[in-house]
Amino acid sequence: MSIRERMSGNEAVAFGIKQVNPDVMPAFPITPSTEIPQMVSTFIANGEIDTEFIPVESEHSSMSATIGASAAGARALTATSSCGLAFMWEELYIAASDRLPLVLCLVNRALTGPININCDHSDSMGARDSGWLQVYAENNQEAYDNFLMAYRVTEHKDVKLPMMVCQDGFITSHAVENINLLETETVRKFVGNYEPENYLLNSDMPMAIGPYANSPFYMETKMNQRLAMKNAKKVILDVCNEFAEISGRHYGFFEEYQLSDADYALVMIGSAAGTTKDAIDNLREAGIKAGLLKIRVFRPFPDEEIAAALKHVKVVAIMDRSEGFSATGGPIGAEVKAALYDAGADVIAVNYFYGIGGRDYTVEDAEAIYQELIEIGNGTKKPEQFKYIGLRK
Amino acid sequence: MKKHIEIRWHGRGGQGAKTAALLLADVAFNTGMYVQGFPEYGPERMGAPITAYNRIGDTPIRAHSNIYTPDYVVVVDETLLHTVDVTNGLKEDGAIIINTDKPKEEILPLLNGYKGGVHTIDARRISIEALGKYFPNSPMLAAIVKVANIMKEDEFLSQMEASYQHKFAKKPEVIEGNMKALKMAFSEVQ
Amino acid sequence: MASQRTDISKINEKSPYTEITPGNQIYGGGGSREFKTGEWRTQTPVMNWEKCAQCLLCAPFCPDSCIPVEDGKRQDFDYDHCKGCGICAKVCSFNAITMKEGI
Repeated sequence: MSIRERMSGNEAVAFGIKQVNPDVMPAFPITPSTEIPQMVSTFIANGEIDTEFIPVESEHSSMSATIGASAAGARALTATSSCGLAFMWEELYIAASDRLPLVLCLVNRALTGPININCDHSDSMGARDSGWLQVYAENNQEAYDNFLMAYRVTEHKDVKLPMMVCQDGFITSHAVENINLLETETVRKFVGNYEPENYLLNSDMPMAIGPYANSPFYMETKMNQRLAMKNAKKVILDVCNEFAEISGRHYGFFEEYQLSDADYALVMIGSAAGTTKDAIDNLREAGIKAGLLKIRVFRPFPDEEIAAALKHVKVVAIMDRSEGFSATGGPIGAEVKAALYDAGADVIAVNYFYGIGGRDYTVEDAEAIYQELIEIGNGTKKPEQFKYIGLRK
Repeated sequence: MKKHIEIRWHGRGGQGAKTAALLLADVAFNTGMYVQGFPEYGPERMGAPITAYNRIGDTPIRAHSNIYTPDYVVVVDETLLHTVDVTNGLKEDGAIIINTDKPKEEILPLLNGYKGGVHTIDARRISIEALGKYFPNSPMLAAIVKVANIMKEDEFLSQMEASYQHKFAKKPEVIEGNMKALKMAFSEVQ
Repeated sequence: MASQRTDISKINEKSPYTEITPGNQIYGGGGSREFKTGEWRTQTPVMNWEKCAQCLLCAPFCPDSCIPVEDGKRQDFDYDHCKGCGICAKVCSFNAITMKEGI
């Protein structure tokens, strides 16, 4: 039985946390993720869950404490945004290399420089090489569903990697929208109890975590992380299938919207995908074969699958919501292009930047991008890389 | 083409325009609709102009942009008419609702030649009469529900009563005043 | 119990990545006993038992716990782990410990 509700994205994730009732949540507040620990601590104060909440003095500490709790054998999580994630940088790599199945509820916000509280993906995209699994949401429903599936993936014996469950700051975190919730009993049954095989507080089986691993061991460690990342692909799909059984909602590495016969496609992540879908409906009514590939799982990166889904498209615009100042484009642009190249796909690909620092992205913006792709496709316009959508000129 | 009613709220930080947008989302949700209610975030300062938005309709809402061509605009503080271009993008077949005690003739020159519906409501007087305090939220909410014909008065009032009973469970004494403000606004909006 | 887990004593610098534990986790306690830090020594403490008063001051000062105490009496050094730092010789009030060059 699903429960019809209306909630903001932050409320949805906090409600998911309440339903899962994890063991430990250390957190330090930062806009726009502050509401998540705030709401969870209220649930705890009201006696609704027995999660141990640890108020800490910084994000460096919140991630450290989450790592400690996870190593001790607890199901642990924290939440943050932007500079909070930047301040966790050192610990992110430790959580991944220690193979701890913890979860970070990330509410994407532009990294400071200049200071800005609005959404872009520079925080999580900057952490894309840290060894974490990364899953993104288009709306509050997906943020909730992604969180419910998170521990099933991270705690799987073939994975044992931490996961960032990301949603767009303010755009989804603070927007109240309809949502379908699952019964708490259904959620608890789906997520199950956490019974780690090895953990620090097991006095019968002592162990050490995080040893020095110099050159004789570091590379082998990385290869094992790479294998775990690869293993996560199957586990993610298995968990998605199981989740579909209890929720009726089907997820995969990405969502294809009107893509199977599309001549012109956008590739993007997050809330702007919904806006693009509205544009696609308008264009389809006008007879234009527009489509969308919305990436849900960015780590592990589903390279072959993305290339296969885009292979038939004439022109694709790969949309990045974070600037990387690379000569080969933003993180999504560079990786999708590499995937297309490796697959030998004959697709014209441009990489655009949009929504940086919260710059709004509208249905009209999306329609204009498709018009450009048509012009590029028929040769009336030369492909222009790394264009900023909505830049004042 | 648009399947959803789009509403833009103009207010000042601390006046509750965001809360009103969320309340509107609530009541529409309770009648089975798909809703979206969200503020535009900037530096949050008491008195600074703020904008909030609603999308309401019978089908799922996917767009996640701000609203530039609203069907309706609600102005919670008339002093904003001098500083903010409140009718910007407002559809001619839509309407604007302004909280003011002035007659329409005095307001019209401030609307940049807007040709659509113009409605006024004295939310200050209603609020003070019904609640004893100035909370423009409830009257403005009733006004937009009526002008945009989002739902029938009876249905709206019963939804709001249920909502207030939940929201003010620990302050039941304010429910009556708020209900009175809603009813007054529903009949007085012009 | 520990037999269910990877026997980490078999992991060394020749082990392929497939044999290394997830996250390099080390299973079983007291693993440092296997790590013979005594090889690092360039000077070696030597006991003169005739001078030793069994005051036991040296034992708590040893940073590597290389001075075992049994039945209230200190025993000879644990040369498998003694790094030859010389602290014991410095703190001995009876000049019962001398540092000899080499291992």
